[in-house]
Formats: sequence, C-alpha cells, structure tokens
Amino acid sequence: MIDVIKLALAGNPNAGKTTLFNSLTGSRQHVGNYPGVTVEKKEGFYRVSPDQQVRVVDLPGTYSLTAYSVEEVVARDFLIHEQPEVVINITDAANLERHLYLTCQFLELGVPVVIALNMIDVARDRGISIDVEKLSRLLDVPVVPISARSGEGVEALMQEAMTVASAGREWQEIRLSYGDDLDSALLEMTNLISANSFLTDIYPARWLALKYLESDSQIVEKGREFAELSGLRSVGEQLEKMVAVVSNHLQVTLETVPEALIADHRYGYIKSIIRQGVVSRSHDEERIYASDRIDRVVTNRVMGPLIMLAVLLGLYQFTFTYSALPVAWLEIGFGWLTRVIEHSLPPGHLRSLLTSGIIGGVGGVLGFVPLIMFMFFGIAILEDSGYLARVAFMMDRIFRIFGLHGSSVMPFILSGGIAGGCAVPGVMATRTLRSPKERMATLLTAPFMNCGAKLPVLALLIGTFFAGNQAGMMFMLTMLSWVVALLVAKLLRVTVLRGEPTPFVMELPTYRLPTFKGLAIHTWEKTWQYVRKAGTVILGVSILLWATMTFPGLSTEEEYLFDQQRQQMQAEYGGVVGSVALQEKLARLDGARAEQALQHSVAGRLGRLLEGITWMAGFDWRTNIALVGGVAAKEIVISTLGTAYSLGAVGQEADDSLSKTLAMAPNWNRVKALSLILFIMFYSPCFVTVVCIVRETGSWKWGAFSIVFNTTFAFLLATVIYQVSLALGLAG
Amino acid sequence: MSRMMLRKMLKNQSGTITAVKVAGELGRRIREMGLVPGTKVTIQGRAPLYDPVALRVMGGTLTLRNNEADLIEVEVEESSE
Ligand SMILES: Nc1nc2c(ncn2[C@@H]2O[C@H](COP(=O)(O)OP(=O)(O)O)[C@@H](O)[C@H]2O)c(=O)[nH]1
Repeated sequence: MIDVIKLALAGNPNAGKTTLFNSLTGSRQHVGNYPGVTVEKKEGFYRVSPDQQVRVVDLPGTYSLTAYSVEEVVARDFLIHEQPEVVINITDAANLERHLYLTCQFLELGVPVVIALNMIDVARDRGISIDVEKLSRLLDVPVVPISARSGEGVEALMQEAMTVASAGREWQEIRLSYGDDLDSALLEMTNLISANSFLTDIYPARWLALKYLESDSQIVEKGREFAELSGLRSVGEQLEKMVAVVSNHLQVTLETVPEALIADHRYGYIKSIIRQGVVSRSHDEERIYASDRIDRVVTNRVMGPLIMLAVLLGLYQFTFTYSALPVAWLEIGFGWLTRVIEHSLPPGHLRSLLTSGIIGGVGGVLGFVPLIMFMFFGIAILEDSGYLARVAFMMDRIFRIFGLHGSSVMPFILSGGIAGGCAVPGVMATRTLRSPKERMATLLTAPFMNCGAKLPVLALLIGTFFAGNQAGMMFMLTMLSWVVALLVAKLLRVTVLRGEPTPFVMELPTYRLPTFKGLAIHTWEKTWQYVRKAGTVILGVSILLWATMTFPGLSTEEEYLFDQQRQQMQAEYGGVVGSVALQEKLARLDGARAEQALQHSVAGRLGRLLEGITWMAGFDWRTNIALVGGVAAKEIVISTLGTAYSLGAVGQEADDSLSKTLAMAPNWNRVKALSLILFIMFYSPCFVTVVCIVRETGSWKWGAFSIVFNTTFAFLLATVIYQVSLALGLAG
Repeated sequence: MSRMMLRKMLKNQSGTITAVKVAGELGRRIREMGLVPGTKVTIQGRAPLYDPVALRVMGGTLTLRNNEADLIEVEVEESSE
C-alpha cells in the first residue's frame, strides 16, 4: 500500500515558498481554492521512495496566525483541522529575526515543525553566518539550511521532515512568558478550559486561552457557539470576563492591550535567542547592499516616477503588442474553421449556431489566452523581481485619496488606462493587491477604462460626428475614464466597500533576478485556470446570446416573401449571375431580411421594449439591440448596428457604410453620439470580464453588481448629458 | 538622545522604538513586521510624494504611511548625516 504523508509548507511572503514547492512537486501539482474563500490552495506530490508519497500542501504566505486576514485563518485552520504530520516552515536566513515571528506561533500551537533556513546563499554573500546547531537547540526543532533556488540542502530538509513525520509525536506547544499579569491569567484560563473540555477536541487548551487573550474574533465566536450548544455558557462567559479583567488591568497599569504585549514578548523571545550568538555578521550591519543602491535610483524623487512610467509602458507594450501575433493566428484559425463549416453545411440554424454561437464563443475565450499569458508573464517578472512593491510605494499617496492602494495602478493601466488594454487581464491582475477592500474597489472600477474592444466603436462614432479632432477627443475620453474610475472607486469606498484603509505596512523585498522556471510555471498555472473556469461559462452565455438574437426568427410567410423577391430579381436579370447590379440588389435584400429577423428576435423585442426608457438618453431600438449584444463583447456593437441598419456588407466596407448611414440618419446627431459614447464607455462590462469578476471575488453577487451598477451609472450619465445638451440647443 | 515620533525622523537617522501606540488590526500589522519596542530602525527614504516612508529594520526594508508612522515613538541617536 502506498503510504501518504501530509506535509504543509508555511512561511512569510517572499520566503521562497513557491520556489521550494515547485522544486519538490515539479509538474505534479494541482491548484484549487480553499472551500468558501478565494484563497488559492496548491497541492502536489513529492516521492520519497517508490512506496512512499508525500502530499505537499502550500499554505498561503502570512506573517502571523491571527484572525485578521482570510489567508491567516485558512493557514491555521488547515493546521488544526487537517493535522499535517509535519510543517516545513520556510524562513529567510538573511532576514531571520522577522521570519521567526511566524515560527514562534507554530511552536505556540505545537505543530511538528522543521525550519528550512532558505536563501542561505544570499546570507553567505552578505557575510551573515548562522549557527544552525545552536538555533535548533534553542528552539528545540530541526533546522536545515537550504537554497530553494539551487536545490542545495533540499534533500536533507526532506529527510529531516520525514524523520519528524514518522516519529508521529503528539503536538507539544512551547510555553512562552508574556509577563506576570498575562501568565497568571493564561494559567487560570487554561485550567478552566481543560477542566471543562471546552473546545479541547479541536484546539490545544493553552493556545485557545492565548487566542482569547488576543481577542481573536474567530475563536471568541467559536467559543460562544460551542458554549451555547454544549450548555457550557457559564464557562464561555467566565473566559471572556477573565480577559476583560486582565485587559482592564493592563490598560490602567501599562496603557497597553494583551494583544500588543503578547506580540512584544514573542519578539523578546526571538531577540533573546538571536542574541545568544545565533547570527553573526562579518560585515557592518549598516552596510549598503546592492538592493539599496538600486532603490536609491529606482525610488528617487525624479528618476523614480520616470522609470516607473517606462516600466509600466513597457509592460503594456509587451502585453498588447507582442501578443498581437498569436491573437492574429488564432483569428486566422477560427476564420478558416468558420469557412469550412460554411462550405460544408447548408445555411440554417445549425450552421449559424456553430459559426456565431460556438466558434464565436470559444474564439472569444481563446482569443484572450495570448493576452493573459503575456500579461501574467510580465507581471510575474515585476513581482518576483520585487519591483511591483516599489510601484505601490511610489503611487500610494495618489491612489489613497480615492480609497485605493498604490498597487491599483497596474490593473487600471492593463484595463485600458492607456487606451487599448483589456479589462480581463486587468481584473485578474488585482490579485497582487493584498488589501481586500482596496482590491474590490479596483477590480470593480477597472472595467471603466477604454479597452481595445471599445476603441473601434468609439473611433467610428468620433470619426462620424466629431471628425477633425479625433486624436484630441480620444485623449479626452481616456482622461475621462480615469476620472470616472477613480471617483467611482471613492464612491464605492464610502458606501458598499466602506471601511478604514488597510494598513500599508509592507515589505520592500530585496531585488532578485526571477528564474525562468518560476515565471513559466506561474504563467501556465494562471492561464490554465482562466481557460478552464471562464471557458465553460462563457461558451454557455455566448450560445444564449446567439439564441436571443436568432429566435424566434421570421415566420414562414415572411421567409416565403423574401425568397420570392429574390427569385424575381434573379429572373429580371435573366440568370446573369455575375451581374454587379444584381449582386448589389441581392445583398440589399439579404440585409433587409437580416434586419427583419433581428427585429423579430428576443433581442429585437427587448430593444423595442427598452426604447420606453432609453429615449431619455437618445437611444432607439436599433441602438439598444447593439448595446445588448455588446454585453457579449464590445466589438459586437458595430456589427449589430450594421445588421440593425440592414447593411449587407462586412469588414471595412461595412464600417464605412455604417458611418455614412449614421451620418445621414435623421435621428442621429452629435448629441446622441456623445451620449452613446459615454454609455458605451461605462456600461456593463463584457461578459468575459463579468465572469472574471465573479471568479476573483468568489461571488456572483459582485458580477451582478457590476452589470447593474455600471449600466445604471452609465445611463444616468448619458441621460443627463443628452438632456442638458438638447436643452442648450447643441443638437443642431 | 531624545524621543520623537517616527514621522518626524530625517532621512538616514536611526533610533530605537520605545512604544507603538495603537491596537487592533493596524497595531497587529505594525508589530508582526517587527516594529516593537526595542527594535532599531533607520529611515531609508521617502516616496516621491514624501509619503509613505521606507525604513530599514532588522536587515529588511519596510514601508509605512506617514499617519502610521505617527503612532510609533522612537528614541533617536545623533543623525548620521
Ligand atoms: N538567491 C535565492 N533566491 C531565492 C531562493 N529561494 C527563492 N528565491 C527567490 O526569491 C523570490 C521569492 O520567491 P518565491 O518562491 O516567489 O517566494 P514566496 O512568496 O514565498 O512564494 C523569487 O525571485 C525566487 O527566485 C534562494 O534560496 N536563493
């Protein structure tokens, strides 16, 4: 039988956890989510011997084990509920003191730990040497120096971990002193907990008492629930009272809270260990490392913003320019497939379903793949190298005004902050934000930017109605999208996403050269997630949209009339098929037929129905259908308008004739065009984006919110502009 | 030797933290990064708009917003400039 050992990898962000995980599990890994939350869960297998496998679970990177963030709750719940046989705590040898803070909390919990002293190569270069024996003896846990990147020491680490795992010892917590007041309270509470078996099936008694003292919201709530269910209400109340008493006492005598005192004592314990000669430096501690020297230039008052601008522009170029080629290949491929189907199937619903519904849908999904791959690759470079944290550092002052975070700048730019991006990678890029509310506000407003799909629609309308100053107009619209996105973000942050700004206390990691392997795995993982999760939903929706624009279709009589007209025309020209005049007439007839079919369809009826409200912003039913179609993908607006105005032509020709048609149409003018431009810029994100919003927020609620909120907002804006301009007599 | 708030410190100035005057999530975040009484900090620099501030702490670099730096009291040595 294959014996499976459960091993958890834990550590601070940037300790090298991902690198170690990849080197242990190679390609045998699986990415999922922890149940109920959007935190990523990575698992893989490491083979010790042919009949012994280790299941390696990568816990989220955290600095602590409190209840303040989802990541921390997920990490400690995993340890407590799944009881891994061993935890590898990966630490940064060059930054040991701070990394031992988390270690300390594992020891307080009592899990069997092996410390991986990572980045030993960096420490060596910096002249930092660590007395591994002594550290191990003082902490009473095995310590193995490794370099996850080169693989040095990893085998020894795994051997040590296997020894600990197979020893199968009981959980054994260390007992730190947190000062007399807390120590005596802790002892009393622990005794009370043990005596009543209060939650002791799940949590170690002393740890539970400690969490009560730290006012840990999750534990206090669990305690209340348990007290209620098990009839131990008095015990629960007593525990809370003991905390209140000692808190009060500390407040009066030391002007502090237990939580703070506990943290201070943890660091005190760590410092006392480090001071016993565990870490020695051959250089002055104040020595300026290469990383600091880079920062002097890169975050310099003058050079910093310039370099940042260049880097962000570079990322943008890289994502959108270099992915253009594979995108074009995909388009050619799908175009070819469409033609094959058109040649081999008779016209009809099946053909139209295959070409417009399925190929359109799958093509829509896959069309984003190169974009997403390039974007994640670019971001991974910025993130792994440590530059992204500097961007957040420099931009924070500006973005904080709007309730956002310095890291919000990148999602905005990718979404179209420089006109022509795409909200899909933009929304996905918000993953780099660690502050939950700021992240939500960013991902909900990033779709306001002018993405590449809105551009042709905007260009057509500007070209038709504001010819002469196209570039200026486009620039103004780009500025407008920034203003609106930031103001709406602010609005959200004082309403639905109300709350204190998340503290900015953040690490500026040492600059490092990313490895290609790390980048490739990261990119592949994210891209595959997109294809798998978004793909299925989007295919379904695009079929649905196809159906609403196709059914119920023309009645048999109407079909008959069109067929008859067609035959008549052909007869008039005496069967001369090549005649240009005939071709034109037939195309016009086909156009009229498509228009009538569209008008008949569910979408068409919806368009007419909506006219009852949309007249306020100046939109007629034809525009409405196009806008409904635009929810599938913004590009569709133009082609649907074309069909609604019964233009048979396709491609550039169609755009030109649509432009002419609109310019001549009696109810179209500058004011209506402006109103429509504003609406298209700000209304519901396209469906692919909505699906991504749902994925990133973990709830359909936010997807629905972005559809309803954005559409309402855009409509109000368009209506106000339209009505005011009309009143001012600007329509002429 | 004098006590001042971390916000007031100048670039390259060093000092030892004497108190962190905040509880709750912000206090927790500040402490878990090692900003506790007894820790030595050096101001490494400020962002182009003078906020946030970057600190050298225990061999790593941390950033804080100015209003967060207002909650940390430091005993400063002579400026090393
Ligand atoms: N020099 C060196 N760099 C490392 C080592 N381990 C990881 N890194 C680098 O440190 C950075 C952060 O590592 P990563 O695995 O992404 O950290 P995580 O945030 O803990 O998952 C990456 O650029 C790695 O290439 C190591 O042992 N030595």
